[in-house]
Amino acid sequence: MNDMRYIERATDMNETKITARDVHVFYGDSEAIKGVDVDIQARAVTAFIGPSGCGKSTFLRTINRMNDTIPSCRVTGGITLDGEDIYDKRVDVVQLRQKIGMVFQKPNPFPKSIYDNIAYGPRIHGLTKNKAEMDEIIEKSLRRAAIWDEVKDRLQAPGTGLSGGQQQRLCIARAIATSPEVLLMDEPCSALDPIATAQVEELIDELRQEYTVVIVTHSMQQAARVSQKTAFFHLGHLVEYGDTSDIFTNPKDQRTESYISGKIG
Amino acid sequence: MAQHISSAFDRDLEAVQAQIIKMGGLVEAAILDSAKALEERDTELAEKVRKADKAVDALETTINEECARIIALRAPVSTDLRTVLAVMKINGNLERVGDYAKNCAKRVPVIAQGQRISGPDAALRRMAREVQDMLKDMLDALIQRDAALAADVRLRDQDVDQMYNALFREVLTFMLEDPRNITACMHLHFIAKNIERMGDLVTNMAEQVIYLVTGELPEDPRPKGDNTSLIAEVK
Repeated sequence: MNDMRYIERATDMNETKITARDVHVFYGDSEAIKGVDVDIQARAVTAFIGPSGCGKSTFLRTINRMNDTIPSCRVTGGITLDGEDIYDKRVDVVQLRQKIGMVFQKPNPFPKSIYDNIAYGPRIHGLTKNKAEMDEIIEKSLRRAAIWDEVKDRLQAPGTGLSGGQQQRLCIARAIATSPEVLLMDEPCSALDPIATAQVEELIDELRQEYTVVIVTHSMQQAARVSQKTAFFHLGHLVEYGDTSDIFTNPKDQRTESYISGKIG
Repeated sequence: MAQHISSAFDRDLEAVQAQIIKMGGLVEAAILDSAKALEERDTELAEKVRKADKAVDALETTINEECARIIALRAPVSTDLRTVLAVMKINGNLERVGDYAKNCAKRVPVIAQGQRISGPDAALRRMAREVQDMLKDMLDALIQRDAALAADVRLRDQDVDQMYNALFREVLTFMLEDPRNITACMHLHFIAKNIERMGDLVTNMAEQVIYLVTGELPEDPRPKGDNTSLIAEVK
């Protein structure tokens, strides 16, 4: 049977994009991540869920070395992208973050024009030779982020003048302008209304055709809607990791069960 | 079981299960009463069974609406989701069992008019009692989340099937002996078939309980004891 839904749900099981092995993260003396092993699949959406302070955002940040900016933070263990250690001394962090883009909780457009917001990344990475190429990247990124039609007539207007949902899609457009391979999203919809959330979720689903997406979310329903894989974090441990449909119909661990169904204990 | 942070959610889930138990009680009574009405040729009791089915139908509607409300408002997942799904399926199956009991009762006045064929009555009552017992255990398994008990109920359907086989042969013999028995025997046979179908539906429900508790439906083929489709002739 050629039911489209099965094709939509399917992920390429064989291709692992990111591998984490025995990852520990310390902030000074306190251990935020206590030994996480996970294989994140290419061209799939992986959702990290768990209560506040469980380490899901911390772990997300280790994937593009955002934690480097925190002096007291120390990461041990191995994280590889396509088999290469991203914590290797020879890795250029700026280059790494071109490959691994990030979208944050609050939309944070630069105080510049919509055009310059998108152009910033390609410009510093020297991805274009002339204005025509840059224009093409701008249009392509905005189209892919499903915001082109809304902003095409006012590309020189400030990005901060857009609505919350539009700003977040602008930030997603900015993140994909440098053609990353992985997109990390830290609660990308928590500041958005239901319509803007639905638009961003639809966008996430489209993005997984080309990108590996990892999303941290507090919304169980969002994790259930957009992801193919779900990882449940609790007190710095990765408690359970598996197909989203399994996690939400028949979780194996009691802690996962309690968390996703909103139970005490 | 751990409690939900939202206590109203707990109350909703408990209420819908309590309604299933109530409905199960009504259906159990309908099964026993229809068999009793038959054995005692009690047309008044049969009429009572027919009327009581309205309450079962009303409960089915209420439970369906409650389940739809829980799904819409609470978006249940995991055990909660399986509870709602199992309750909905059990709800539909229970209503069907109620219909079969009602159909049995409907045949009592016709049988009461003809000459008495007493052999099958006791057997039918035994069969009805067995199905009622399976239903009771299935409901216990549902409330106690007891997959082993549900699995046991599922196996017991074989006994009901075998009783049906025996009855099938018996009424066939009565019909061969005297064609004047045919009308009553046809009705007796339909009653037997109804009870046998009830057993199948209780088996469905027991499987739903297993799904609720374990997250998986049993994979092994359901035990079958009904071989009347192979009987060509009674010698």
